[in-house]
Amino acid sequence: MDKLKKLSNWFEVRIDLSGVKKFSDKKVVPVHQQHFWYAIGGITLFLFITQIVTGILLLLYYRPAADSAYESVQFIMTSVRFGWLIRSIHSWGANLMIFFLFVHMFSTFFMKAYRKPREMTWISGAILLILALAFGFSGYLLPWNKLAFFATKVGTEMAAVVPGVGKHILIFLRGGEDVTGATLTRFFGFHVALLPMTTFFVLLIHLVLIQAQGMSVPPTLEKEYKKNPKTMKFFPDFILRDAVGWLAVLGLLGVLAALFPWELGEKADRFASAPMGIKPEWYFVFLFQTLKYIPGRIFSLNGEALAIFAIGLGVLFWVSVPFFDRRAQKNLPSKAFTLIGIVLIIYIIVLTTISYFFSS
Amino acid sequence: MKETSKSRRTFLLSGLLSSLTAFGAMMLYPVWRFIMPPKVPESTQNSVKAAKVNELEPNSGKVFPFGSKPAILIRLGNGEYRAFTAVCTHLQCTVQYRKDFKLIWCACHNGRFDMNGNVVSGPPPLPLEPFEVAISGSDIIVSKRA
Repeated sequence: MDKLKKLSNWFEVRIDLSGVKKFSDKKVVPVHQQHFWYAIGGITLFLFITQIVTGILLLLYYRPAADSAYESVQFIMTSVRFGWLIRSIHSWGANLMIFFLFVHMFSTFFMKAYRKPREMTWISGAILLILALAFGFSGYLLPWNKLAFFATKVGTEMAAVVPGVGKHILIFLRGGEDVTGATLTRFFGFHVALLPMTTFFVLLIHLVLIQAQGMSVPPTLEKEYKKNPKTMKFFPDFILRDAVGWLAVLGLLGVLAALFPWELGEKADRFASAPMGIKPEWYFVFLFQTLKYIPGRIFSLNGEALAIFAIGLGVLFWVSVPFFDRRAQKNLPSKAFTLIGIVLIIYIIVLTTISYFFSS
Repeated sequence: MKETSKSRRTFLLSGLLSSLTAFGAMMLYPVWRFIMPPKVPESTQNSVKAAKVNELEPNSGKVFPFGSKPAILIRLGNGEYRAFTAVCTHLQCTVQYRKDFKLIWCACHNGRFDMNGNVVSGPPPLPLEPFEVAISGSDIIVSKRA
């Protein structure tokens, strides 16, 4: 204990940390019936950290070229000690992270946490979700297997329907007209350099905003909370409770990776047909299923382009929700927006279920 | 005097802003050109040996490379051959021949095409481009239509 004190003194003499100490002593988290939702963001952050650690480990063996990527992942899975575990944790962790991101997003949506002054926190969170989806999409191609090859083909082709610049975006993403080794190299660059760097900055903004503004109390509980404000110290009480959640998620990751190691599939072949039952990652499936129902032509316009345009507008609306939900901004109940959230969740669940169980 | 110094300041400021913009553009232009890959000349191949005679059973198909793109050769139930581009007109997936449907099928979004390449159902907006099929000795030659 003395040594710890000495070390802390050593730092304090050199850097003035009294501000940080004062902040952490003063910082509290509201306690109410729904405060457990506050832990979801921390779990997502924890999963992001596991992704960085396992990603760095995978980099030691992975080779980003069309003629060696698949073989290098095969080598990781079969020859490198605990390679199967590290890769499976990376793949399962990515999926769990996106799952918890969705849960976090919907929980803050329904608790109207985007109200003034937290609009920027919502927007930075929405950008983080988009970045996480980009991580998922770019990482999916890296093992260079058949499913990933066609998922990338379809996904990048969708960019081509953007009027005017679509073709440029497609060529930029693919590194050429088609999905080839050049696409793999690019996606590798996006996945391990561009996206992590961007995410780091957006995440920093998101976390600083949360620390500066504190947790939002849902409007339904705000009156009661103001009358009788119950709080918990952020450090160490809330952090320790959070750590229990992190530990549980780490356990879940270990179980999933050990019992269901992530499959590698067949090596990509540019001249093979798209395999039966081809699907993107589960978080894109509802969009994939939507595209199946859109006819090629709608009123002589390209149906695909219209659908993608509509999806783009939907995303823009979702990101800008704090500015549309005027009632919530005035702390009034905004049932219409709650209903929009419920309809969106039902839509996602129904279309995903149809795609997995009732679709050819 | 005051007016003069203000207009001089405005002039210098706009000069500075223009130089900064020009400098930014000068830095970004090579980056933009660098990230857009150079054009690789497309294969000008007009015909290809797709298969051997009798390689395909009646009512079956085969995907083969035609230049840098996949194409599909189909032997109908009556022995006749048909060939098309195998790139789906919807989102560029590679199609396959489905014996059970007797149709060309895209696994990605359930697009279906008949034996003339026309869309039967699903989201593809355009038919598949048909190719000529000719038999030369023991080879089946597929070529682009003139």
